[in-house]
Amino acid sequence: MNSAAFIVTAIFTVAAALAAATLRNLMHAALSFAAAFVGIAALFFLLGAEFVGLALVFIYIGAVAVLVVFTILLTRRDVGKDRGFNWGGASVAVAVFACLTWSILKTQSLAIGAPHIATLTVKRIGAALMTTYVWPLQCVGILLTAALIGALILVMEERR
Amino acid sequence: MTPTLQVFLIISATLFSIGLLAVLSRRHAIFILIGIEIMLAAANLNFIAFWRFGPQPQPPTGVMIALFSIAIAAAEAAVGLAMVIAVYRHYHTTNVDQLDQLRG
Repeated sequence: MNSAAFIVTAIFTVAAALAAATLRNLMHAALSFAAAFVGIAALFFLLGAEFVGLALVFIYIGAVAVLVVFTILLTRRDVGKDRGFNWGGASVAVAVFACLTWSILKTQSLAIGAPHIATLTVKRIGAALMTTYVWPLQCVGILLTAALIGALILVMEERR
Repeated sequence: MTPTLQVFLIISATLFSIGLLAVLSRRHAIFILIGIEIMLAAANLNFIAFWRFGPQPQPPTGVMIALFSIAIAAAEAAVGLAMVIAVYRHYHTTNVDQLDQLRG
C-alpha cells in the first residue's frame, strides 16, 4: 500500500466531504458530493477491493449524483441557497467525532498492518454471489425493484 | 510508513461525523439525504477495511456485505429523492423546518 497516494487520497476525500456538507450553493455542494465519492472509491482501490470501488463509482457518481442534480433542478424555485446553519448540530457532530477517535486510538488491537492476501478477483466475487449469497442477492433484486416502483408512484402526478 | 487499520477507521469516523454534521445542521432536505449517503459510505469503508486487515475467510464476507449495503443505499437514495419531490409538490418548500403540520 503506497503511503503517499494514501495520504493524498485521504485528504482529498475528507476535504470534498466537508465541502459537500457545508457549501452554501446547492449545485457546488452536489458536485463536491460526487468528488467525495471518487475519493472513497480510490480508498477502496488502495485497500484491494477494486470491484467494490468500481461499483461505488457507477452507482454513486453515475446514478445518485445525477438524481441529486435533477432533484435540485426540479425544486429550483424554492431556494437557490441553503440558509441558516445550526451550531448545535455542529457541536454534536464534533463530540461524536471526538468520542469515536478517542475509542479507536485507545484500542491497542487495532494498530495492525495489512497482511498479504490473494488478489480479490471478480471471479471469486461472482462465485460467492451465485452460491453462498444467492438468496440475499435475490432479496436485494426484489428490494431494488420495489423501491424503484415506489419512487415512481411517489412522484407520479395525481389524477383529479 | 504503511497505513494501519486505525488510520482507516479514523478516516471513516471523520466521514461519518461530516455526514452527521450535514444531517444535523442543514435545513434543505436534499442535503440531509446527502449527509446520510456520506454516513453509509463511511460504514462501507469500515467493512472493507476490516475485511482487508482481518483474517481472510473463503467467501470474502466484508466485500459481500459492502456490495449489498451499496445496493440498499442506492434504493434508499431513489426513494428519498422521490419523497423530496413529492413534498415539494404539496408544500412548495424543501426546508424541513417549515414541514411542521403534524406538530401538536
